[in-house]
Amino acid sequence: MRPCHPRAVARLAVLAAAAGLAAAALAATPDPYPSTYAPAAAPPVLIRGATVLTGTGARYDDADVVIADGRITAVGAHLEAPAGARVVEAHGRWVTPGLIDVHSHIGVYPVPEVSGNSDGNEATAPVTANVWAEHSVWPVDPAFDTALAGGITTLEILPGSANLIGGRSVVLKNVPAVTYQAMKFPGAPQGLKMACGENPKRVYGAGRNVAPSTRMGNVAGYRAQWIEAQEYLRDLAAYEAKVKAGGKAAEEAKPPKRDLRLETLAAVLRGEIPVQMHCYRADEMAIMLDMSREFGFRIAAFHHAVEAYKIANLLAERGVCAAMWADWWGFKMEANDGIQENIAFVDAVPNGCAIVHSDSDEGIQRLNQEAGKAIARGRAVGLAIPPERAIEWLTRNPARALGIDARTGTLEPGKMGDVVVWNHDPFSVYALADEVYIDGVLQYDRVHPRGKPRSDFMLGQPAAAGAAP
Amino acid sequence: MSARRMLGLVLVLVAATPAAAAAPTAVLLRNGVIHTEAAHGTVAGGSVLIVDGRVTAVGRDLVAPPGAEVIDLKGRPVTPALFGGIGQAGVAEIELEATTRDGTLKLGQMRPEFDPSLAFNPDSVAVAVARVEGIGFALLAPGAEPGSKGAPGSSVIAGLASIVRFDGRRPRPPVALEVLVGEEGGALAGESRAAAYMLLAQALEEARSPAPPGPAEQRLLTPAGRRALKALAAEQRPVLFRADRAADIRTAVEFAAREKLAAVIAGGAEAWRVAPLLARAQVPVVIDPLDDLPTGFDQVGATLENAARLDAAGVAVAFSLRGGAPHEMRKLRQAAGNAVAHGMAPAAALAALTRVPARIFRAAGEFGSIEPGRAANLVVWSGDPLEVTSLVDAEWLDGQRQSLRTRQTELRDRYLERIRAGTAR
Repeated sequence: MRPCHPRAVARLAVLAAAAGLAAAALAATPDPYPSTYAPAAAPPVLIRGATVLTGTGARYDDADVVIADGRITAVGAHLEAPAGARVVEAHGRWVTPGLIDVHSHIGVYPVPEVSGNSDGNEATAPVTANVWAEHSVWPVDPAFDTALAGGITTLEILPGSANLIGGRSVVLKNVPAVTYQAMKFPGAPQGLKMACGENPKRVYGAGRNVAPSTRMGNVAGYRAQWIEAQEYLRDLAAYEAKVKAGGKAAEEAKPPKRDLRLETLAAVLRGEIPVQMHCYRADEMAIMLDMSREFGFRIAAFHHAVEAYKIANLLAERGVCAAMWADWWGFKMEANDGIQENIAFVDAVPNGCAIVHSDSDEGIQRLNQEAGKAIARGRAVGLAIPPERAIEWLTRNPARALGIDARTGTLEPGKMGDVVVWNHDPFSVYALADEVYIDGVLQYDRVHPRGKPRSDFMLGQPAAAGAAP
Repeated sequence: MSARRMLGLVLVLVAATPAAAAAPTAVLLRNGVIHTEAAHGTVAGGSVLIVDGRVTAVGRDLVAPPGAEVIDLKGRPVTPALFGGIGQAGVAEIELEATTRDGTLKLGQMRPEFDPSLAFNPDSVAVAVARVEGIGFALLAPGAEPGSKGAPGSSVIAGLASIVRFDGRRPRPPVALEVLVGEEGGALAGESRAAAYMLLAQALEEARSPAPPGPAEQRLLTPAGRRALKALAAEQRPVLFRADRAADIRTAVEFAAREKLAAVIAGGAEAWRVAPLLARAQVPVVIDPLDDLPTGFDQVGATLENAARLDAAGVAVAFSLRGGAPHEMRKLRQAAGNAVAHGMAPAAALAALTRVPARIFRAAGEFGSIEPGRAANLVVWSGDPLEVTSLVDAEWLDGQRQSLRTRQTELRDRYLERIRAGTAR
């Protein structure tokens, strides 16, 4: 097992709670904005005769996949079709787990890009740990649908990167819904979006005369927050101790005032919310790793980690994933050292956790092609990257970074029925998703498209309907 | 062309070259699939002979002259060096660093004489990074930005566009004018896209009148601007109208016809909806095949089938990534592959990266095809040139074999050692 595996961390958290740590009281608070997602009833599915990349590192040629009751039930040769199954003849086609993008702003920066819907950065203060991205998500965003056509079944929606601490992320299933709660991945932990480097100091700083204006100001800004969160946890523990002691002390005990910012930060320090950290430069990632030790929290992944290749061993040793683009570089100074081998290098080291991410409503439509580019670059310098390995960059590894790898990201019995049938080798520019299943429900069928667009916004738009008169 | 005739031609060329005192350097690329984008079409099992940097023959069964370097392509494809689209490589080293940017004029004045190619830096790392991905030329066109916080923006006429060459040479002289209609034009024309045409018409009238009408303080153009605009219009050089909405494209095409301008549509997200009009008026389009979202209310009809539908309607289609990011040109090849995945013929997609843009921007004598008599501007690919897993194996620009090293390969090699040694920390 890889070090600092999220499941291991989750188990530790459970143990801590069982040990009666007072601070666990708040953690037990049920989500006040609970998921209402429930997959529709769907017939079982037998996908037959495909090249199957399971996401566990295995490849099976001429293999079958069975989905029943929303779950993967079998992967192998010559499987029986369950009664009433939809049978998909997939000879010559490829099957993979549904793709997972750990970095998206779909719904919070939706299209059309108009001011009325621009809800991704609460850029009014450098620390907004109190905000939750889910409260900005516009489920109508047509970009959910184009992402689905690219095989995306699960995605993390993050606040933007203007702030040192931007707020909580949310993990969504890519299903049509009127409310985001009906997309919310049941039980997936939220993340905390933090940002290194240029963005916070550019958005604040000299222009507004608000700290930070430098990278050292950035780090001082984060540390001050963690110190406050530690104090909050101490106050909370003192209160719980009094309550537990009973008697007069218990009667007089007052809980610390409820504070959304500190609740978030405390949940991070308690290990309930992993940090998803926007960080380009190798040296800054190393600083963040030290800071995570200083205060005892877990960074799940560095996002946009353009220089991850420079510290690939360090990241692997610390159990932190790197979420990367195949070839974005140079648009700002901290992206100047981008190389196309980044993903392949991060993947090549022992226990490396490479993720292909998008941060783009265009890129999310073709994460498979991004991986294709990275494969080619890796192979060109002698790194063996078979398709069954590369698919992990888009499935198992992002699931791991989001803390949902026990439930999705691989084609293993018991996992969610999140499956893509591709018309070609998925790492080709010509590959298209033919069918996309989410929890066993056929959500996208390229050959038999819906008559009407799924997004309310696209409904009845003359421009999308046909040729102009 | 037979081998004998070809050899004869080689000898004539050598004899006619004053520098022929030195032995000619000849390279024969043999046994490949040669996409000539010219009269030869695609030659399977084909060869290209390059003598002293010039393509002297294309065909089957070419014979290497004595002393020639012979490269067996083993069936690999060869294409002309690719078009990088309309973009700002060479005038913006780091986009977010204003001190490194020269591609957008923000004087708040209409200056059709603005020529960003004077700022082109052939040593930009972004140019090298594009070059090693098979890109030989691009259209450098001015950027556009509305003013903000009291600072002036650009103008409805953004300025002059030039073909820039990624082989170290200077840009070609300006070839086109870029104007903004649609949403961008509206933002620069008193917040109405309708006013963009009003300002354009006034500027054209000023340029064409021997004595510009009206009092000097009401004029839009400087004398230099009048000369530049007048010459462009008179010489029927391309005028790039940046527009996406079907209605804006129609209005632009009609405006251009009225003003006798040679319109080219850049953007064109909804161009498929007016494809018959574009075909009839012979107006080419430069589109991003990846456009498929309503990024604004100008792109509601965007679709991945835009390229295929335009091509089927007989419209000349060239490709460019939206936004013209200086560092992303290498992605254009992938965009073209996606056009094929969504119905465009592979040959048409390759043409949209080579022959068609070279013709639209009057550079066909130099770029966009592999033809005898032309300087070698060509690329050997490891596989299908539109496939994301294919790489450049060899490249010639302006007759010179190109190094495939860049700052990025230097970084790669430095850190690959550490990856192999397990010391990347």
